Amino acid sequence: MRIALSWLTEFVDLHEAPEELRPVLDDLGLIVEDIEYVGAGLEDVVVARIDEIKSIKGADRVRLVVVDAGAGPVEIVCGATNFALGNHVPMAPVGAVLPGGFEIATRSMRGVTSNGMLCSARELGLSDDHLGLMVLDGMIDPVVGAPLLEALDIVPDVVFDITVEGNRPDAWSVEGVARDLATRFGRTLRGPVLAEPDDASSSDTFAGASIDDPDLCGRLTVSVLRNVKVGPSPEWVARRVRSAGMRPISNVVDASNLVMLELGQPTHPYDAAHVGQRTLRARRARRGERLLTLDGVERELATAGRGLGDTGEDCVIVDGDDRVLGLAGIMGGAASEISDSTTDVLLEAAFFDPMTIARSSKRHGLRSEASNRFERGVDPHLALRAAARYVAVLRESVPGLLWMGGPLDLWGEVPTPPTVEVRSGDIERLLGVEISHDEAADILRGLNFSVTSRGEDLVVVPSTARLDVRSGAAGRADVIEEIARLYGYRRLPRRTPTWPEPGALSGRQRLRRHLRDVMVDLGATEAWTPTLGSDAEFDLLQPGVERVRITNPLSAEESVMRATLLTGLVRAWGRNIERGTGDVVLAEIGVVFAHPSTSTASRATKGGVGGSVILQLPYENERATVVLGRPDDDASSAVALWTTIRDRLGLADVVVRSVEGGPKGMHPTRCAALVDRASQAVIGFVGEVDRELVDALVVTAPERRLGVLDIDLDALADPERATRRSEVALVPSRYPSAAIDLAFVTPGAVHAADLAHELASASELVEDVALFDVYRGLALPEGTRSLAYNVRFSAPDRTLGESEVAATRDLLIARAHALGATLR
Amino acid sequence: MASSPLDNLAEQTAQLLATVAALGSIDQLRDDEPMITGKRSFLSTLQKSLGVLAPEDRKDAGARLQEARRTVEAALEGRRDELTRAARLRQLEVDRMDLGDVVVGAVRWPATVGHPSLVAVTQRELEDVFVAMGFTVSEGPEVESDWYNFEALNIPPAHPARGMWDTFYVELGEPETVVLRTHTSPTQIHLMESAVARDSLPIHAVMPGRCYRRDTPDARHLAAFHQVEGLVVDHHIAFSDLAGVIETFTRAYFGPDIESRLRPAFFPFTEPSAEFEVTCTICRGEGCRTCSQTGWIELGGCGMLDPAVLDAVGIDGDEWSGFAFGFGIDRCAQMRHQIADMRALVENDARFLRQFS
Repeated sequence: MRIALSWLTEFVDLHEAPEELRPVLDDLGLIVEDIEYVGAGLEDVVVARIDEIKSIKGADRVRLVVVDAGAGPVEIVCGATNFALGNHVPMAPVGAVLPGGFEIATRSMRGVTSNGMLCSARELGLSDDHLGLMVLDGMIDPVVGAPLLEALDIVPDVVFDITVEGNRPDAWSVEGVARDLATRFGRTLRGPVLAEPDDASSSDTFAGASIDDPDLCGRLTVSVLRNVKVGPSPEWVARRVRSAGMRPISNVVDASNLVMLELGQPTHPYDAAHVGQRTLRARRARRGERLLTLDGVERELATAGRGLGDTGEDCVIVDGDDRVLGLAGIMGGAASEISDSTTDVLLEAAFFDPMTIARSSKRHGLRSEASNRFERGVDPHLALRAAARYVAVLRESVPGLLWMGGPLDLWGEVPTPPTVEVRSGDIERLLGVEISHDEAADILRGLNFSVTSRGEDLVVVPSTARLDVRSGAAGRADVIEEIARLYGYRRLPRRTPTWPEPGALSGRQRLRRHLRDVMVDLGATEAWTPTLGSDAEFDLLQPGVERVRITNPLSAEESVMRATLLTGLVRAWGRNIERGTGDVVLAEIGVVFAHPSTSTASRATKGGVGGSVILQLPYENERATVVLGRPDDDASSAVALWTTIRDRLGLADVVVRSVEGGPKGMHPTRCAALVDRASQAVIGFVGEVDRELVDALVVTAPERRLGVLDIDLDALADPERATRRSEVALVPSRYPSAAIDLAFVTPGAVHAADLAHELASASELVEDVALFDVYRGLALPEGTRSLAYNVRFSAPDRTLGESEVAATRDLLIARAHALGATLR
Repeated sequence: MASSPLDNLAEQTAQLLATVAALGSIDQLRDDEPMITGKRSFLSTLQKSLGVLAPEDRKDAGARLQEARRTVEAALEGRRDELTRAARLRQLEVDRMDLGDVVVGAVRWPATVGHPSLVAVTQRELEDVFVAMGFTVSEGPEVESDWYNFEALNIPPAHPARGMWDTFYVELGEPETVVLRTHTSPTQIHLMESAVARDSLPIHAVMPGRCYRRDTPDARHLAAFHQVEGLVVDHHIAFSDLAGVIETFTRAYFGPDIESRLRPAFFPFTEPSAEFEVTCTICRGEGCRTCSQTGWIELGGCGMLDPAVLDAVGIDGDEWSGFAFGFGIDRCAQMRHQIADMRALVENDARFLRQFS
């Protein structure tokens, strides 16, 4: 909201500089986004007439212009061409400092001297127009030599651009902001000039009003204004309206806007001649009713609700013939609009149910200055004061204006201000500092709250402008927040609390950190790929599978929640390849999503209005996926990566088991599941990326194998599924161990890890079994390969003898034989 | 009847189909394609010869020729698919590998230097600061119901306050009941609910996580971003404790000469509420473009738990009180590393990624 300093000072004395007010406003929660200095830097700029235009030898972009600014001819070099002889333009003389601090000096070029600058509107900070000089002819009646500020009727001022928080309906007005400042500074708040209704006439003889639906319209006042003459507003009114960023339209409309900006009460003037039976009624819109609003859009009213919590209700203002005149509190209709011929005005000042306005405004996609205020809650007691102010303002341009006596004033349901008890010690409990009840009471009274003492307690009734203040404990917090806000957050003490419970990461978090560290140590660089992708991308790996969709995506390319990290990582690798930085191992730890209908692990949670329904939400599966994209990477390097991670994470025995047709996107004949031997749970997959996937995602992929490791963190973090190594440490034997090599011709169906496991568990003397060579060749029977293991034997209490070693060796060979493996 | 160039069309087409069926490899198909359907094929030659026909015959002949071409082309595409599939199957057989047989000790493993992501690095550092201050670290889901994301946080349906967040809705349940969480605050609710259920109050926790807002990405915003939420529920917790925690954290993370300040704000789930700002790390408070000459940078929001929120989770506000805060992890990283364009975080350019450790 834009608020002019000159306007504020009508309500409260402010001798502080704007830069001094800024931190005060910030500290009051009225955040100053910007300070605009209207007219600053234009003090020296004058109106000049173009008398001569000459070309400059050797220059084709600039010309020499001779102007008269009231003190004889001045030569100025100028690059613009949008003017003609006799035009009037702004001139900044030598020595002037323009907005932005640009100082005008004499400049010489190509043998001529420039003695000032002719300006565009943008150079003067007046608009964004910089296509040429600001030509004044046609805008005003220019007088040579006149100060530009005077010529344009600009009064230097300062405008604060303030963001008002959602719980400050009262601060959507000059008076509301002034009230905060007056309270903070301990100064007096002055009210504006108000008019009085005419005693001798009576409104109800001329007009009527009624409220049909008191739950939607809490108050409807109608003032009858006669002898109206529509015309331009007085300059001060137009300036005020402009300072707030609105456009002056006519005295009748501008006065309404001015009152809204000043006091926070939106009002609506109707041409009484176009209001059936000169009667205004507030009621629920009926299904099928339509309205042409002032913005030229025909709107269907009382449609079905759109979105959660929307009742579909609209509150409308209708006339005595039941014709819809406007969408109450949001926008009027075209039919009863003020025109040049209007002589009698019905001025509506009302209170509407904030939630009704909020829902209507959202459903119709229609926001207005009025709806912004009504949906936050306008003071229900403000209506007639606003009408009185309106009349006072309009009377300046319509001296014969008559405000008929006994303005129509109907009441429906309005919120009653709660009575809030602030008990002794409450302030200290919430804020951590004791603020005396006297000081607190002063602050609250400054805000128009009523405060009485009851023993040690304060009994507070908030101002009717503060519909945000609730009752009970919540109201107590609201009231104490107001005390703290005016007292100053910066004055509140700081203390760092302590407690006996220790801080800690969860086991899952420690595991994730550990995993990340190991992956990074092994050369992986962590990426962050998008959670949202396209249907086409989803279909690459899960064609036709039901997916989690976004209802309102920014684009179709970002409308589906990912079910894998693989596509994102391959794409990221591809982009690096294009940039010549593709020799990388990329990893990501992130969540993938499965539609509740496709997962047994979907999450039931409460939702809907009041949390009254049970919703099935997607299964969120955290995974760690690595794509190995360096020149020599392949399935083997991926297996090596996994094996190192497995050992570093202390997993007891998760083996690599080749699977035919693993998950889509993995190379069908180079893919293995990571299987925990004890639980048989699958912890993830390892292998290569299917070349088809690479080709689908990367346009110019080199002929390179991409290794891939994909770990299910939910499985990994679950000790029931991913069995941990025993914490009991084994102390190696002090006696020397014996090592032998054994090579077995092994059927393809027997996993190397299973054979190793068999060997290791054959005898207590086996200390370690390590695969060191795999041989395939024509010398071996078809469907077999030779697996060579290095086996170490030891005993805790002795050095093993040759015969003992030989016997154990035979035992191992027998065990291998049982699996179908024969000694080579 | 005069002889037409199309007299032998059926035979010639049959011959072509036989040729297509006999194509033995993708390479051969590629080589022979011009002779089958391309410029050098008889289909093209016939096309040109249609000109000799009488105009009344031309249309019919053209249609027959088109039909023949379609048949041949379909056969060619079918063959191309077969051959591609066969080539792929052959390649898969050549590639076939028992990954259980990989001798890990023999795998060539180049010494590549890896890097954690900037977000992970930043999050870890923030977590460590809070853990040292006595906070535990909790997490919550990224897809939430409107109850957790909004209503339990005192933001009722259709309330204008919901407009403070640009929400992505998920196509599940009734419209607008499932959302991508717009902040980490719903995790507060989960945490308080489970503490009540297990009778395990107090809570001193931070909750990092990814959130989403329907915002077109630009230099300052990404549609996905990371926040840290903080929650304390204990006996005798006051606003001054909140201010102290913010200050301690700020100094621990940004350095001893960085100050924090609180200014009034509105959040439906806290009362009193505040924005907290820290000394601009670029200009050290002197005033610069980054901080709009104010010397301060807005970091996040905080406040005392609103009684309505305590009510929603069933915590007795007379016995317990507490505060919550939340701020952007990415924003902290941006300030620390002076990142001009946040989109670099999701572009995954190795040259960007390798700067962090």
